[in-house]
This record gives sequence, structure tokens and C-alpha cells, in this order.
Amino acid sequence: MNELFTLPVLLGVLYSGVRLATPYLYAALGEMFAQRSGVVNLGVDGIMLMGAFTAFFIVTNTGSLALGMLGAMVIGLLMGLLMSFVSVNLRAVQGISGIGLYLFGLGFSSLLFKRLLGSTKAIDGFQAIPIPFLSDLPYVGDVFFKHNALVYVAFALVPVAAFVLNRTTLGLKIRAAGMKPEAADSLGVSVAGVRYFCVCLGGVMAGVAGASLSIGLINLFQENMTSGLGFIAVALVYFGGWTPVGVMVGALLFSMVNAFQLWVQVKDILPSSYRDFVVMMPYVLTIVALVFGRRARQPTALSKPFSRGEN
Amino acid sequence: MNRNVKSLWSFAAAGLILAACGAAPAAAPAASAKQVKVAVVMPSASNDGAFSQSMFDALKSVQASMGGEAGFKLAVSEGMVQVPNAAAAIRDYAQQGYDLVIAHGTQYGNSLQEIAKDFPNVAFAWGTATDTFADKGIKNVFAYNPRAQEGGYALGVLAAKISKSGIIGVAGPVEAGDAKTYVDGFKKGVLDTKPTAKVNVVYTGSFSDVSLMAAAAETHSKAGADVLTGSSQAVVGAIGVAKDKKAIWLGTQANQSSLAPDTVGASQVYDFSGIVKEILALSAKGTKGGTAFELSLKSGGLKIVYNDKISIPADAKAAVDAAIKGIIDGTIKPLP
Repeated sequence: MNELFTLPVLLGVLYSGVRLATPYLYAALGEMFAQRSGVVNLGVDGIMLMGAFTAFFIVTNTGSLALGMLGAMVIGLLMGLLMSFVSVNLRAVQGISGIGLYLFGLGFSSLLFKRLLGSTKAIDGFQAIPIPFLSDLPYVGDVFFKHNALVYVAFALVPVAAFVLNRTTLGLKIRAAGMKPEAADSLGVSVAGVRYFCVCLGGVMAGVAGASLSIGLINLFQENMTSGLGFIAVALVYFGGWTPVGVMVGALLFSMVNAFQLWVQVKDILPSSYRDFVVMMPYVLTIVALVFGRRARQPTALSKPFSRGEN
Repeated sequence: MNRNVKSLWSFAAAGLILAACGAAPAAAPAASAKQVKVAVVMPSASNDGAFSQSMFDALKSVQASMGGEAGFKLAVSEGMVQVPNAAAAIRDYAQQGYDLVIAHGTQYGNSLQEIAKDFPNVAFAWGTATDTFADKGIKNVFAYNPRAQEGGYALGVLAAKISKSGIIGVAGPVEAGDAKTYVDGFKKGVLDTKPTAKVNVVYTGSFSDVSLMAAAAETHSKAGADVLTGSSQAVVGAIGVAKDKKAIWLGTQANQSSLAPDTVGASQVYDFSGIVKEILALSAKGTKGGTAFELSLKSGGLKIVYNDKISIPADAKAAVDAAIKGIIDGTIKPLP
């Protein structure tokens, strides 16, 4: 057991945790905006798959990572528009329409992959960019400052998201649309417009989350490669109490527990019969956090369609 | 039904239809008189670079050898993660009069046992498995089982020879089936060749979690591994990380060289074509089941395929050849 609690293992867990948290962070931050405006989008995983495929396809054909990212953002935006139309204009049950969007993304990304590529081949994705001076710091340099650009941007978005939500007029409108849409409407705020914006933003972020897998972390595409990662991202929004910092803490915690269980196995400190329990750790943590998590900031109008005069 | 509810259902239906398109059986021409009709149900994509692709490639190879689609009608249902859906597909193919229905996954066994009884004139095959259900009175089921430990052992010998750090990382899905035998054989191959080597083994608990497989590879790399291997369709995640970390990847199930030509050193390839041909021959003579086939190095069903773009030292290849010879003549036991 002592072999596990060593500095190299601790640093390894932190490094892997930061890297693994990146796709969760993009997807969960975007979903947080959607939920703060009152819309639950369960289609995050499907959008991620479409983003992952689009980015990979573009990079495979053009070699341009920037174009790949742009493509993932555009496809995320389009799917966000679709979800917005269904949830805002058609006032559909958001849970079911989100699952429909997920199935759409799952099936369509597989179909496109088969028709347009047929097989997969590793690409040269985003490379690590050591940050001058900081990356030379002992211990923390390796853990925090030797990642690719997508990792840095994901974490930089946390304070930006917090600022937008808590310190700007737009943030006030978003919170109002999620908490008291009828009050916001009476003050001239376009609840539909705010929700469109937030769900589309969530779509763009989910597209980037998918791209962070296919051209950032793994550099390959495979059908259903997210394997339910988008649903974990939705759970992380609840875990994080609908705050950017909470979401980041949740993403890091989940990822680090995942990294930790891998190290437990690498160090071979538990009998193989206990491996299943170790593998379960991140998911047990998620359930525990959801049960005991704070609900104080849960938008009161979450998943409730708004229509002037009917609420 | 009001307009909103209609819209909702239309949207969900569109998603489901597109999802179905992604896993739709391959279109096949209308059957002719002499045409053999074969259907396969697989848990992942036919181009997964692993288990499903190994069977798909074999079927395409047999199809080519039998005159293409005119002589061999092939229907494929892929991505059948949900066993009830797979069972429905297996039953559908049997009802449509396919000569051979292959349930390519251990998880389909219980369903196949129920379905096969209802279609005594259809030959079924499943794997990885050794049970043909003959003891239950079922006579139309073949089974197939790759002796993954054999190629695993040979690749373990190779890993021990080419690793500079002496640390080798293994990432498996769950501790069962051919994934476990491969990992166990690989580990024994390494340690028999280089007892001082360290083989770190991780099981992710999932056949499909690409992201976690990538994290497993990254953990191995951080622990000092310079040669990595793993099993399941999720290994693309690990291969991507191996490429990034400049490590050598050793593959199994299918030839994975094309996934990362500058990273994959060699692969153990499951070649099911011989078994498929044998099953079709038996079926044509009226024997619809009852035989459990094994893919082995001796039968040629397992092959070690090198990637020409990766330089492997001659002494390492010689050691692998010696290991293969030893396994075939029985002087080497690939499992502990």
C-alpha cells in the first residue's frame, strides 16, 4: 500500500486527472449554461460524437487542427439550434428530446464515419505546449503546465464562465430565465432568446468536448467513442451545484478518482478479485455526490418550457 | 395528439432511424439458387480494429473466394451492444432462411441457445466459446475459441526483447474470455524471456470506453512503460496515447498496424476464414453444428503479423519464432 502513496504516483494521478477532466469540463460547462437558463439537454453525448467525428474528418483531410475545431463548433451549434427549436419553440419534453438528439448523434456520426472514412488512422493532434518558466517548476510544472492548448483553454473558461454568469447583464438574464422566466419576461427579457443562446452555447461546447477527444486526447475516431461521457458531464452539472467552479471540481474529482483506480491496478496492491470494486470507484462517487450534493442553486424552472401567459 | 407531441415523436423517431442506419445490416443482393447466405451479429463496429473486424475481414475474404456477392450473400448487424437487440437480429436472420448465422460474442450465448432450438435447419456459430450446447440436445450450433494466450505469449516474448525500460503496460477490458487469456499469456511470455521485467496490468472494466483506455495507457506511460498492449475494441484510445508518447504498441485480434503505422510493432491476428469455410462445408453436408473449433498458431487461425514500418531487431523476431515453434510442438505452455 505504501507504494501507492508516493510522489510519482500522486503527480501521475494529478496529471492524468487534469487531462481526463478536459472533455468533461467543456461539455459540463456548456450544459451548465443551458441548465441555468432552464433547459436540460441530455443530447450532450450525441453532440460530442458529432463534434468528435467532424473534427477528426476535417483534420484527416486537411491537416488543419484549427479547421477541425471550427467544424466541431459549427456542428455543435447546429445541433444546439435543433435542440433549442425542439425545447423552446415546440416546448417538447426536454428529457426525451435530449435522448432523441443523443440517438441522432450516435447514429449519424456512425453513418458518416462509415460512408466518409470507413476506417480510422491516428492523426497528429494537438501537441503539448510547455508554458515557459511555469513548466520548469518542480512537481507542479509537469502536472499543470505541460498540456495541449485545449486543456489550458478548458480551465481558463471556468473563471470566464463564472464572470459571465455572476457579473454581467447577460448572466443575470440567464439566471432569471432559469429561475423566474415569467418575471424575466415581464421585464422585457426574451426568455426564448436567452434559452436559444445558452443551448446553442452548450452545443458548441459539447462539439469542442468531442473534438478534444478525437484530435486532442486520443487522436483517433471510433464509433460511439464517447461511451456515455456526455451523460457523466450532465451529472457533473448537478454535482457542481450549477456553478463553474463546482463543475470544475466535480470533473477533476471524477477524473482523478478514475486515474487513481488505474494506479491502484498498475501498482498491483490489491488482489485481482477486488479489481471490480476499484473500477467502480468513480461511478460510486458520482452517485454519492448526486445524492448528497447541494441543490440550492438548482434553477427552479429547470426543464419547464416557457410560454408567455401560460406559466 | 397535439402538434407539440407530434413534433417530439417525430424528432425522437428521426434519431432512432439514423441510429439504426449506423448499425444497419449491409445491403445484399437478392439470393440466387446457389448462393450461400451468411449473417453475422457483432457487438461493435465492423471496422473496430479488433474483435468484430477480425470476423468481418474473414467473412469478406471467404466471400471473395466464393465468387463475391453472387456466391456468398453477407448480412452484417454491427454495434449490437444490447443483447436483446442482438437476439432479435439473430432470430430474424434465421427466419429469413440464412444458411449460417454467426453470433460473434460470448454475451450472445444464452440467447442463441434458445433461438437455435427453433430453427433446426439453420446452422449457428458463436464465440468466443467452447460450448456447442450438444449436452442440451441442440445439434445446430458450432462454437469457436481463439487460443489468444498463444499469440499473447509470442508478443510477450517480443515485448521483453524490445523494451528498453523493462516496464511493459497491459490494458484489458474485463478479466474474462480471450482478453484474460491474452493478457495472461502475454505476461508469461514477458517474464519467461526476461524475469526482471515488470508487467503492469490494468483492466478498465469496459469493452467500449475509449477515453478510459487512453487514460490507462497514459498511466502505464507515466509508470515508465515503453511497450504497451491491450485487448478490446476500445484500444484505439490506448494506441493514440502510445503514438503520442512514442511507445511501441502490440495489437491483438486484428492487424492494428493501419491505425498507427509508426506505433504498432506487431499484431496477433485472428483469422476466422478457415473456420467459416469448414462450417460451411459441414453445413452443406448436413452437419449443422456440434463442433467446437479452436483458433491456434498450429492451425493457422492465429498469426503474428509484423508492421514493416517499425524496425524490429532480428534477434527479437528469432525469439518470437522460437516461441511460436515451442507453442506448436507443445514444449511451451503459454498459460501459467
